[in-house]
Amino acid sequence: MGVLTRAPIDVAGLTKSVEASGRGAITSFLGVVRNHHCGREVTRLEYSAYAPMAEAECERILAETSSRWPVSVALQHRLGPMAIGEVSVAIAVAGNHRDEAFVACRYVIEELKRRVPIWKREYFADGTEGWVDPTACDGVVLAKVGEVTNEGSASR
Amino acid sequence: MPSEDLSIISQMKSLDPTPIRVLLFGRYAELLGADHLTVPVPVSGTVEGVVDLVRQLPGGQGLPDRPLAAIDLVQVPLNASVRAGVEVALLPPMAGG
Repeated sequence: MGVLTRAPIDVAGLTKSVEASGRGAITSFLGVVRNHHCGREVTRLEYSAYAPMAEAECERILAETSSRWPVSVALQHRLGPMAIGEVSVAIAVAGNHRDEAFVACRYVIEELKRRVPIWKREYFADGTEGWVDPTACDGVVLAKVGEVTNEGSASR
Repeated sequence: MPSEDLSIISQMKSLDPTPIRVLLFGRYAELLGADHLTVPVPVSGTVEGVVDLVRQLPGGQGLPDRPLAAIDLVQVPLNASVRAGVEVALLPPMAGG
């Protein structure tokens, strides 16, 4: 199971992949495409990535997590166009007890957001679109209306 | 030609700028109008030097002074050295999740 996928994420399958008879606690995190951003209506979005680095960085995060806590962990992130309500990222963590399962799951999503080269382009109801920039004051850098997404970078 | 001279020529050749492949993504690719390019980086150059060269290209002024960067799939600080054969990636602010 690859970390990056253009197909809908099989959340049940991801959870199943971390199950084991000794694991008494399973936590999961689902990121879901929402219909608003900074008070603006979002109609759809598109994820792109520096895929080889994103895969490598995710693997590093998973290895760190397994070495820091006694858990089994799995992760998948979507790429490409997505509709409102779809699952964009899923994390499943199984631990012997809930404490390590919760903290490890939180660690994975926070590190992913900080380190993994994935980008999100939002399309708004007013016809504008832009790259999401968590460091910008309003969280988005607008492009010209109708500007074409760079497919080359998205598919690498 | 004495061997010392050959050595000098060899050293002079090593001072030639090295072509470095630079990958661009998201907003940066749109600014430059390309998802990859090649810039001539002086020997003992750094990622910061690569950024300076890219910023001189049409559209490059829109890049931040200190973008995130990676060499060969690993994030690095801007003072990291670049050498022939490496691939430098300039990374817009990450927005996964």
